[in-house]
Amino acid sequence: MTFPQLIFWVTAAVILASALQVVTTRNIVHAALWLIVTFFGVAVLFVLLDAGFLAAVQVVVYIGAIAILIIFAVMLTRRVMQDTGSQTNRHLIAPAVLIGGVLFVALLFVFSRTRWPLSSAAVPPDSLQILGLELTSPDFYMTALVTVGVLLAAAMVGSIAIARDEEKD
Amino acid sequence: MTDIPLDWYLWLSAALFCIGVYGVLARKNAVAILMGVELMLNAVIVNLVAFWRYLTPTGSAGMVWALVVLAVAAAEAAVGLALIISIYRRRQSVVAEEVNMMKF
Repeated sequence: MTFPQLIFWVTAAVILASALQVVTTRNIVHAALWLIVTFFGVAVLFVLLDAGFLAAVQVVVYIGAIAILIIFAVMLTRRVMQDTGSQTNRHLIAPAVLIGGVLFVALLFVFSRTRWPLSSAAVPPDSLQILGLELTSPDFYMTALVTVGVLLAAAMVGSIAIARDEEKD
Repeated sequence: MTDIPLDWYLWLSAALFCIGVYGVLARKNAVAILMGVELMLNAVIVNLVAFWRYLTPTGSAGMVWALVVLAVAAAEAAVGLALIISIYRRRQSVVAEEVNMMKF
């Protein structure tokens, strides 16, 4: 087993173990912290995939923004969901395991049957520069960039409007 | 990188996605359901980046797509958590099953 393979297996074990903790642990604050571990493992995977920029974005956006947002939401809604008692719907565990398992087996079946048109090319050293130029070029992905900008602005306005305390205004 | 087959990434992201599906279906707390959704979106991004690296590493379409999914995940988390806080303020509850009426 080579060194990258070893890193992959260790990262995969960390990701799956922490993801299982996220969906099973009783304490919702602990679930949020395990979620950060999962995000960090995915960032390591991006480094293994030669996507260092995406790894940095993953750490900044997921760990820095989304995980903190989730922890704030947990804190703001803490009183009603005390750590005692079950956090899962007992009658839904069996169907959920069944649906997840069937989906997993189906995905593995599809993957094992598919021949991917693999490319042996290496990532160009200036791929990040190309990405930046293509993101802002009307001939390439400027539409996607502008659409995402509009979406984020709409989401910001929408969440302020939704979370506003109307009785106090 | 060439030591690791593409299939390993696909297996891992499939497992991560299915754990997220389990979390979304079985959890009571609405915040925990959102965490399951985030797990699923992360699995999707792993898939996109793996396909970009192994199929079209010289282009940047895969990276752009992954960044778009990331931004959509951020927007979804912001709006979802705002909804949960709004519901909590009116109902004093974040249990998804108890929010079953169409109008407050």
